[in-house]
Amino acid sequence: MNIFFAIIAAVTIAAAVAAMSLRNLVHCALALAVAFAGLAAAYLELGAQFVGFTQILVYVGAVAILVVFAILLTRGSETSPHSVLSAGWLSGILVAVAVLAVLVYAIAKSFVLQNAVPAQPTVTVKQIGEALMTKFVLPLEVVGLLLTAALIGAVIIALKEEGKK
Amino acid sequence: MNQIATQLNPLAGYLILSAFIFAIGLAGALTRRSAIIVLIGIELMLNAANLNFIAFWRFSEHPEALTGIMFAIFSIGVAAAEAAVGLALIIAIYRHYKSANMDDVNSLKG
Repeated sequence: MNIFFAIIAAVTIAAAVAAMSLRNLVHCALALAVAFAGLAAAYLELGAQFVGFTQILVYVGAVAILVVFAILLTRGSETSPHSVLSAGWLSGILVAVAVLAVLVYAIAKSFVLQNAVPAQPTVTVKQIGEALMTKFVLPLEVVGLLLTAALIGAVIIALKEEGKK
Repeated sequence: MNQIATQLNPLAGYLILSAFIFAIGLAGALTRRSAIIVLIGIELMLNAANLNFIAFWRFSEHPEALTGIMFAIFSIGVAAAEAAVGLALIIAIYRHYKSANMDDVNSLKG
């Protein structure tokens, strides 16, 4: 448990809490980008460079921008005078705390923590590319098909409804 | 023995961090009215699962199999598709109901 991990964990958790609790939705989106960047730093710390940079490209670069677009298109940037919490917020908090307690209990009791810590594995992008093109070629094709279908579907859903002008 | 292992093993730190991010995302998705915040909460929960995959890959006995990294990469791809469709749905709902709040979308409520 080194100092880098402590900093990364503190920044990520603080940004995630801010993304879930701020009133202005644009501020939430910015805090979300910080949380995603913190997770990318955690991936780099774990030795998964490719996943870390993919995280930055896809989440910080694309998903956060998409969220900002959606906020501006739905006028969510105007802070509403009503409460930002839904009707059953208390039970929601209770469910989240219960889930956290169960997860922490399971982690503390887990047998995998008894294993010795192995040396840092080194994995190059060449290895990942070769695995994607040989062992994992079918899932790769399926993900490509899924992304194509999802993007066409997103455009069709967001098109204007017919007959409403 | 259990306590000592929990304190020394770095895997536990990553798993606890992942559990916290998951719980924060769940709390946001369950308590906020804005549909966009609900979607952000779901994205945070997906990211917490990805962090678990990478952490278990790093501390596994056979990291050369690359399974954890591959699962995380495919999970990021699926999450990107999910975000695009989800935000398109929110825009369509906003155009129909003139609101992006979950409490206002209650046509199917009995």
